[in-house]
Amino acid sequence: MRRAEIVTASLMAIFSVYLMWKSTELSIGWIPDEGPGGGAFSFWLSAVMLICCIWTMFNWYRRSTPPSKSKDSFMDAYALRMFLLVGGAVTIMIGLVHFVGMYGSIPLFLLYYLRFLGGHSWTLTILVSLAAPVIIFFFFDVALRIVLPKGYLEPLFFPLYSIFL
Amino acid sequence: MEILGLLYDGFLIALQPLNITVVIIGVIVGLFIGAMPGLGSVNGVAILLPMTFLVPPTSAIIFLAALYYGAMYGGAISSIMLGIPGASTAVATTFDGRPLALKGLADKALITAALASFIGGTISVILFTGFAPPLAHIALDFGDYEIFALMLLAFATFVGLSGDDIPKTIFSICIGLVFSAVGLDIMSGEPRLVFFDIIGFMHGINFLVLAIGIYGIGEMMWTIETNRGDSAMSKAVLTLSGFLSSLRDMGRTWFSWMTGSLLGFFVGILPAAGATPGSLMAYGVAKMTSKDSDNFGKGEVAGVVAPESANNAASTGALLPMLTLGIPGSPTTAILLGGMVIWGLVPGPLLFVEQKEFVWGLIASLYVANLFSLLINVAFIPLFLWVLKMPFTILAPIIFVLSLVGGYSPTQDMHDVWLMLIFGVGAYLMRKLDYPLAPAVLAIVLGPIAEPALRQSLLISNGDFTVFFTRPISGPIMIIAIILLILPALKPLKNKFLAKEKSKTS
Repeated sequence: MRRAEIVTASLMAIFSVYLMWKSTELSIGWIPDEGPGGGAFSFWLSAVMLICCIWTMFNWYRRSTPPSKSKDSFMDAYALRMFLLVGGAVTIMIGLVHFVGMYGSIPLFLLYYLRFLGGHSWTLTILVSLAAPVIIFFFFDVALRIVLPKGYLEPLFFPLYSIFL
Repeated sequence: MEILGLLYDGFLIALQPLNITVVIIGVIVGLFIGAMPGLGSVNGVAILLPMTFLVPPTSAIIFLAALYYGAMYGGAISSIMLGIPGASTAVATTFDGRPLALKGLADKALITAALASFIGGTISVILFTGFAPPLAHIALDFGDYEIFALMLLAFATFVGLSGDDIPKTIFSICIGLVFSAVGLDIMSGEPRLVFFDIIGFMHGINFLVLAIGIYGIGEMMWTIETNRGDSAMSKAVLTLSGFLSSLRDMGRTWFSWMTGSLLGFFVGILPAAGATPGSLMAYGVAKMTSKDSDNFGKGEVAGVVAPESANNAASTGALLPMLTLGIPGSPTTAILLGGMVIWGLVPGPLLFVEQKEFVWGLIASLYVANLFSLLINVAFIPLFLWVLKMPFTILAPIIFVLSLVGGYSPTQDMHDVWLMLIFGVGAYLMRKLDYPLAPAVLAIVLGPIAEPALRQSLLISNGDFTVFFTRPISGPIMIIAIILLILPALKPLKNKFLAKEKSKTS
């Protein structure tokens, strides 16, 4: 926990400095008749962020906050395993959207999660994995006219488009 | 009397078939979301907001407000039956609700919780109806100075009252504001903070991307990690005589629900406080003023009634500054406020002048939603108990899928979905280190209002910061904000002082 605290504070401090630097692409000073420049707001806020990170580091040094005192590990084995299995699956699901679209990746994700992480029966898994995309299609593509990405599966949807859209 | 006329018009809108339907659906969804451990009103509102584009804005906000209410009722169900708060707002309900259930009085706890929620909700909606129009009237005169001062006050309450780690709270506020500045500079039109020249940042960071990231993906990961193993559920048998005896209990505990409602409403108005501290405070007051305070924690009905009336009252209280001033009183109302912007409404006092139908339709629907929440809650208790048994491994993937689709739909850009994932994972990791996340959500919603207000004010005053203090309304607000900001700094001093006093006397 203690190591995670200082690592996070340091990373965020670097991020703050980056934001400050990025803000200077626009004027951060006073422009006559226009008021503060476009970068000023984000520049000073990033500066405050940097100060807060240094403050957090100082607290870390003094061991005055719970995370800086805690001897627990930041992620125990169970947390790390779940984080990788679940976070990884969500990442792969979003990645797959670029190739097989929402309607390809969502059933695959549900299949994996329900069956392999959840240990549910095949009947339930297949029922949910098939029902979800159908409901989403009618809600978003048909009712809201928000066409979700289909990737390489797009041609399969042409007949559906001609019926419902 | 004018208010009653407007309220009557509001009821005509709220009682339209479409709006009644959305209220009922909203309440059911809210009860469900509130009852599931790990999901609260804020998760429901964030994840389902993109789905409300289906109906007109008035119906959309009525739906979300009904969901918000339902979730407050629902939180009590798992607090009592599982001993796990269904939402953070129902933490105080576990103190006495769980012991009651263990004694075999789960039905009494559930019914008094529902009745107290109804009373708390109703009292606060009546207060709301009385307070909102005059407050909005005063706020009509507010200029850029006052708006900026109010924003600062909202953020200062997080620093002064939330009790979270101070540097981390300020960090959270600032990062939210900086994210809100990404995109095109509103004044000069130049691209700003377009990280690594990725084109997706040109249209800015939609607040929903952050909100769904935090409350959809981050929250699910958090819950998966913290909810290990199953918990035992109590049994509840509902009978008419049990219901009548619960009604008598309500009569006996009137003082607890009355103070709970009033306290909840006023605490709810404060941006950083809201329903969770409101209900904890109500519990504390009920315990302090009770004749048999020793019974608290062992299954005292007053200990269920007080927090439940307070958390519902607080959820209405949080709507007051959102509608009248354009400053949300809670993370959930911050997301509602962002939604209003998407629907093309300008939040703030002008709503009461220009969008009478919207405002009064919403207020009237709060009365309706409250009634339906009570009826549906009591009538379908067995159903909710059945739903509570649903394993989290079914709910979690569905939430992830809804987050994916919900993150995509506002801007229809996969860039935002990736960003949402990054925010979600970041939020999960930072939450483990006690970084508060609600201030960031509030900040990204308020940023686009705060920045122009600040810049306009400084432009008019020619760069002079003292104007914020010398104007008649913004001056006092700024002073309160500054007091709140330095309040935590005084705490260690006070403790030292008290310690010294103690050592002197002993």
